[in-house]
Amino acid sequence: MPEQEAAGTQGSPADEVGAFLRRRREQIAQRWADESMFRTVFTVSRDEAAEAARHVVDALAEVADAERMHDTDAAGFTVVREQLARMGAARSRAGFTTAQVSAEVEGLRPPALNLLISDLKDAPAERVRDCTTALTVLMGTLRLVVLDTALSEGQALIERQQLQLLEVATPVIKLWDGIVAVPLIGTLDSARSQVVMETLLEAIVEQHARFAILDITGVPTVDSLVAQHLMKTVAAARLMGAECVVSGIRPAIAQTIVHLGLDLGTVVTRASLADALAYALHELGAGIVGPAADGARLR
Amino acid sequence: MPTSAGVEACLPIGSDLDLVWVRQHVRQAAARLGFGLVEQTKLVTAASELARNTLVHGGGGRMDSAQVTRGRAVGLRLAFSDDGPGIADLELALKDGYTSGGGLGMGLGGARRLVHEFSLESTVGVGTTVTVVSWASAPPRLREEF
Ligand SMILES: Nc1ncnc2c1ncn2[C@@H]1O[C@H](COP(=O)(O)OP(=O)(O)O)[C@@H](O)[C@H]1O
Ligand SMILES: [Mg+2]
Repeated sequence: MPEQEAAGTQGSPADEVGAFLRRRREQIAQRWADESMFRTVFTVSRDEAAEAARHVVDALAEVADAERMHDTDAAGFTVVREQLARMGAARSRAGFTTAQVSAEVEGLRPPALNLLISDLKDAPAERVRDCTTALTVLMGTLRLVVLDTALSEGQALIERQQLQLLEVATPVIKLWDGIVAVPLIGTLDSARSQVVMETLLEAIVEQHARFAILDITGVPTVDSLVAQHLMKTVAAARLMGAECVVSGIRPAIAQTIVHLGLDLGTVVTRASLADALAYALHELGAGIVGPAADGARLR
Repeated sequence: MPTSAGVEACLPIGSDLDLVWVRQHVRQAAARLGFGLVEQTKLVTAASELARNTLVHGGGGRMDSAQVTRGRAVGLRLAFSDDGPGIADLELALKDGYTSGGGLGMGLGGARRLVHEFSLESTVGVGTTVTVVSWASAPPRLREEF
């Protein structure tokens, strides 16, 4: 029995590495807990870092036992994938590059490899070489798994942020009793236009708005699709009993719209948000803001 | 001082997000070549129309961009190509208001008016390539006439 536990005596290199990982589980975990890969994520307690490291050692042992050293899809990895994803997410939040994450995982290899070499000190040189190669391959596969999960975590983060942007980028502002405004910022693709329209129509109902101002100062390009979306929004608002005013059409965009051949004829437009508000107030007959005695205009 | 760095490119057109990159690239490339704000805006808008056609009607494709010179004039050439269904009747497609889908039908004709040079090549069942050129200042030929 003791011979079976001794290092460097039998089985394939993968078996040897698997046995090594289980035998040295605690030592490896303790060393890894001090490496930046674990240390910087589990800042609250070192025990937590060591526990996370133990899970990774166990996963690697399972992968080695299954002789799947090269396989990033090996079953052993599935149990730690979520944990690795969390670590990856912490990295992308901290602004780490892929190369930095890669270097961190690489940092786990030397402590494990040194332990393996010292365990194999009595084994033949060829055996030592085969086993260290097997462990190196396994650690390379771990690195791929971490990068893979970090990347897909990053992708998921971007998608979440895009969704959030859809919501935060369309605030409807009540400018006056009966007048709401939406400052549109960024690309008005189909998804965003839909959100804009829905939010605006809801606001019109809630605020009993008679006028809705769509300010496009922050929209970089007005092509025929954007114009079509604007016109649809105007038509829908009209059905709700509100008149839309489009403001913030910059000179370069105005010229482009003309060349493009778009006819915004039925849409009321004003150069600036202030002009649009003045127009709406005038239409509402709110006498409060008539021209001042000295002739200053509301701008 | 205009510089051509970052002007040559081949961008994929396969999603709405790619259209954002296309517009951004064209805007930056035009600015580098010394386009004024109005000419930049016109070219970006034309590119937006053509790239969307590549995506929506052509089923995806790509945009190639390159600097062109004629005499002392500097311009930007953009080619939008796809392996889609092609266009059977070019004249009809270019007509303002004609759309085979739910668009405004102003993209092709509008893009032609927004650029200095425009060419449309299409073979049914093979694909479509629209190539446009705009010059950083007035088109060179006009200039030579002065
Ligand atoms: N790349 C293309 N591949 C196939 N058909 C195209 C392509 N570009 C334009 N078309 C055809 O030309 C028509 C007019 O295009 P356009 O003026 O941009 O209007 P819209 O895109 O609004 O329909 C389209 O409806 C389509 O039938
Ligand atoms: Mg179109």
